[in-house]
Amino acid sequence: MTEISPTSPVVRIRGLRKSFGTNLVLDGIDLDVRKGEVVVVIGPSGSGKTTLLRCINLLETYDEGSIQVDRVEVGFRDGSSSARQRRSDRELARIRADIGMVFQLFNLFPHLTARENVVLGLRKVRGLPTAEAKRVAEQWLTRVGLADKLDSLPSQLSGGQQQRVGIARAVAMDPKVLLLDEITSALDPELVGEVLTVAQELARDGMTMIVVTHEMTFARDVGSRIVFMDGGRIQVQGTPREVLTAPAHDRLKAFLARIELKQR
Amino acid sequence: MIFALQSLPYLWQGLLMTLEVSALVVFFSLIAGTILGVAIVYGPRWLYWPVRIYSDFFRGIPLLVLIFFMYYGLPLFKINLTNFASVVLALSAFKTAHIIEVVRGAIQSIPVGQTEAGKTIGLRFGQRLLYVVAPQAVRRFLPPWINAVVDAVKGSALVSLVGIVDLMLAIQQVIGRTYMPMPLYVLGALMYFGINYSLSSASRRLEARFAYIRE
Repeated sequence: MTEISPTSPVVRIRGLRKSFGTNLVLDGIDLDVRKGEVVVVIGPSGSGKTTLLRCINLLETYDEGSIQVDRVEVGFRDGSSSARQRRSDRELARIRADIGMVFQLFNLFPHLTARENVVLGLRKVRGLPTAEAKRVAEQWLTRVGLADKLDSLPSQLSGGQQQRVGIARAVAMDPKVLLLDEITSALDPELVGEVLTVAQELARDGMTMIVVTHEMTFARDVGSRIVFMDGGRIQVQGTPREVLTAPAHDRLKAFLARIELKQR
Repeated sequence: MIFALQSLPYLWQGLLMTLEVSALVVFFSLIAGTILGVAIVYGPRWLYWPVRIYSDFFRGIPLLVLIFFMYYGLPLFKINLTNFASVVLALSAFKTAHIIEVVRGAIQSIPVGQTEAGKTIGLRFGQRLLYVVAPQAVRRFLPPWINAVVDAVKGSALVSLVGIVDLMLAIQQVIGRTYMPMPLYVLGALMYFGINYSLSSASRRLEARFAYIRE
């Protein structure tokens, strides 16, 4: 994805602030993500990267600032009045349907088969007829290499397989942006590869993604841009080469050194 | 012995009354308890404490006191119910308090991640409840709920105290005529046991049906 489109960004974040009680977790974030971009967010734990991700689809509310996905404000009703009004569940559902998310702990629906996990949103949110929804679900599950697991329950699948169902469930909705929240952190080391390969293929096909991860190899090979967060702020951002190869920033340097120690 | 056999149709009438009271109580308490249980988890804050207090209060007083209150007490407030209506009301109010807790516990046993996953694919509140939370919560709900149903059947024997001829009172009246307490009490006990045993085995079968998660 080398072409840079001149259109407005898919995700546009300005002055985002969020605190849990007295603890300020996001302290003024500005970030644009353009179509087809893969933005990898790295940083020490507690730096606010997962919270940032969860604000984008409003699993967490935010206090100040603005998040727009495809020019629609996520957390509040559009309008000029100074007192901003929170969105209703119905409005949020419509917005969230266009924002895919894959979770660290998979969060598959345990009472549904792999296929049914993917079908649910297609049927009930997208309103596809059952046969069509099944067809789309099977197509995606096949793409993530689970053609032979369509009727398996999550409890019958390995962690890596479950996470691939999680990815299929998210991308089948044809989201404008896909949020990946440490999707390999809960996996056994030998299962990490199969999940990252799927994510890499999606990136190659032009999916717009925001990825929180500790996998530096993935960040370097797949990321179009790397964002380093610390203390609720974006400290550094740039191409993988700029950020990873010759880090000038002190805290980034320290962070990368710690990570490398762990991975070698 | 002949008398005892002749009294069987009379006992049958009593049994039907017991079943009728139980069925109504199970029905009303299931509906009210589910609505209030869902409300206490997802509803607005101002609803939480009234429901909570209701649930704690009604679980904390003896069922018999409740029945007497509905039957003898309500008329003081110019509310006159038939003895049948007042016992159904008393038992339902009592059971509802339990079901609220059962529903609340079942819903809260489902990890938050499930609701979040439902949100991220764009499901609305009702859809998340119907397609994600309820099918999983029902597994936790069934065993204590069946207990509550069994309890309702047994508790319904108390309605005999306000003159409703249920299985219990029918037995006592037949004993009054025949002076054969032991065989009749044993027969009565077997009938109660029969109802409740079939309920619990039905519940075991239901639980097996919902055992999709291997733990």
